[in-house]
This record gives sequence, structure tokens and C-alpha cells, in this order.
Amino acid sequence: MVPIAWYLLLAALLFAIGTAGALTRRNGITIFLSIELMLNSVNLTLVAYSRLLDDRTGQLVVFFVLAVAAAEAAVGLALFIAVYRHRRTIDLDRVNLLRW
Amino acid sequence: MIETLIFLIFAGLALASALVVVLHRNAVYSTMSLVVTLISLAVLFVLLGAPFIAALQVLIYTGAIVVLFLFVVMLLNVGREEIGEQRGLVQKGAAVLGAAVLLVVVGLTYMEGYGGAELAPLDEELVSLPGLAAELFGRYLLTFELVGLLLLVAVIAATVLAARPRPAVPAEGDVLAEAPEGREPGADDGGLAEPAGTPGGAV
Repeated sequence: MVPIAWYLLLAALLFAIGTAGALTRRNGITIFLSIELMLNSVNLTLVAYSRLLDDRTGQLVVFFVLAVAAAEAAVGLALFIAVYRHRRTIDLDRVNLLRW
Repeated sequence: MIETLIFLIFAGLALASALVVVLHRNAVYSTMSLVVTLISLAVLFVLLGAPFIAALQVLIYTGAIVVLFLFVVMLLNVGREEIGEQRGLVQKGAAVLGAAVLLVVVGLTYMEGYGGAELAPLDEELVSLPGLAAELFGRYLLTFELVGLLLLVAVIAATVLAARPRPAVPAEGDVLAEAPEGREPGADDGGLAEPAGTPGGAV
């Protein structure tokens, strides 16, 4: 039987990869993809703990995370389309009016 | 034994494709390799006794969200990140360092929460779909409804944001003044004769 620690380690690694991606990339879509990666690593953690504690709540939270991620993707991508229409780019180094 | 093998294969696949997502210059490849990551994670969800979540992962994430991503990538034609002024090495190094620190902190926190507990054999109660549904529509009914509302709001917001902006305003006055007369002859066909979305075109 696979120890839960391995799942947790995998989730931490995926989260770190997603963070590095979100911080280094310039293409808005790729940053968005990195954020999806981080969301999914958290989902893995929740399911792993749900298995460890023998409690369904973790799975239910993942269900809600999936729904919210879908809403977030829809709005976020619509924003990208709107930004692209005005600026002809989604390079986030050039769309930086609201960035620190 | 076989479980360990499956875990190792799909964990490796998930890590490798996650690296491709982050490192590849072409957004289409990044998106496609996110599909591989998500499906590998779905396999791990099955191993962890959450087949319903695994099915949702495949249906919602790879079936809907990633397709949406792919659609936008191709619509905006941002396949390639423009070569040119690259992020400085300092910034990249700082980001990787920050991610590494985060990895250590998150990893330590997980390990502490894990506490080395022995894993009980998979409980049928945990896997059963009726149990999950009962809890979803019982204790979490309000949350469920709110999520439905959130999705509705998101759909409306996405439609409004992505809609093509209306033509310039100056024509609006003329159209408003003229439209009733202009439309009178075609009133019988319910206004179908005139494209509804282009008020500027009537001038």
C-alpha cells in the first residue's frame, strides 16, 4: 500500500512547480495554467487526507473546488479576450497597469 | 505491489508533464500537457478511493476547462511567447528559490499533519457514491446551491466581458430616431429581417 506521505510529497512538488511557473512566465495563459496546476495539487492533498482520516469531507471540498475553478477559468479567459482586444497582447509584462 | 507501481508511473507522469506545462514556450503544448497531468491525478484519485472525484476531474477539468483554455489560446493566436526581452535571471532565480522554500515549508507542514499514521485498508463507506451524495445534498446543500449561483454569475460575467463592444455611440441618436419608422414595414416578421446586434449598420 502506498504511504500517504508520498501523495503529500507529490502534491507539494506540483504546488512548487506551479508557483515557479506563475512567477516566471510572461504569457497570461501559461500563468493561468500554472494556477490550475496549483489548484490541482491542493485537490490531491485534500483527497489524500480524506483517505487518511477516512472522512468524506475532503472529497466534497474537492467537488466545490472543481466548480469554482470552472467559474474562475470562464471569467479569467473572458478577461484575457477583453484585454487582448484592447492591447493586442496578453504578455503580462506589458499589461501591467494594475501590477504592483 | 501493483498499487505502488501504478502510483510511481502516474506520479512520475504528473511531475514530468507539470514541468512541461511550466517550461514549454508554446501555450498549446503547455495546455495539452496539463491534460496529461490532470488525467494522471485522476488515476491517483482512484487509488485514493475517490472514483467520483476522478470522474469529475476527467469530465470537468480535461473535458471542459482545458478545452476552454485551448479555445482561447487558438482564438487569440498566442501560441508562442514572443521572443525578446526575457525576464532577468535574477527574477527567475528568485522565483525558483521562492518555490523551493515554499516546497520545504508546505512539505514539512504536510508531514506534521500526516504524523506517520498507519493507513487503514480502504473502507467501502468512503468509496460509496450514495454516501457522498447524501452528504452533498444534506449537510452541504446550501453550499451546493451557492456554487450553482456562482456558476450562473460566472457565465453571465464571461458573456458580458467577452462580448464584442457595441459600435460607436454617436450613431445611437440617429438610430433611435429612425428605427421605429425603418422597422415598421418589417414588423410582421418579428424584426428578423434586421440583424439585431448592429444598430450602427442601419444608418
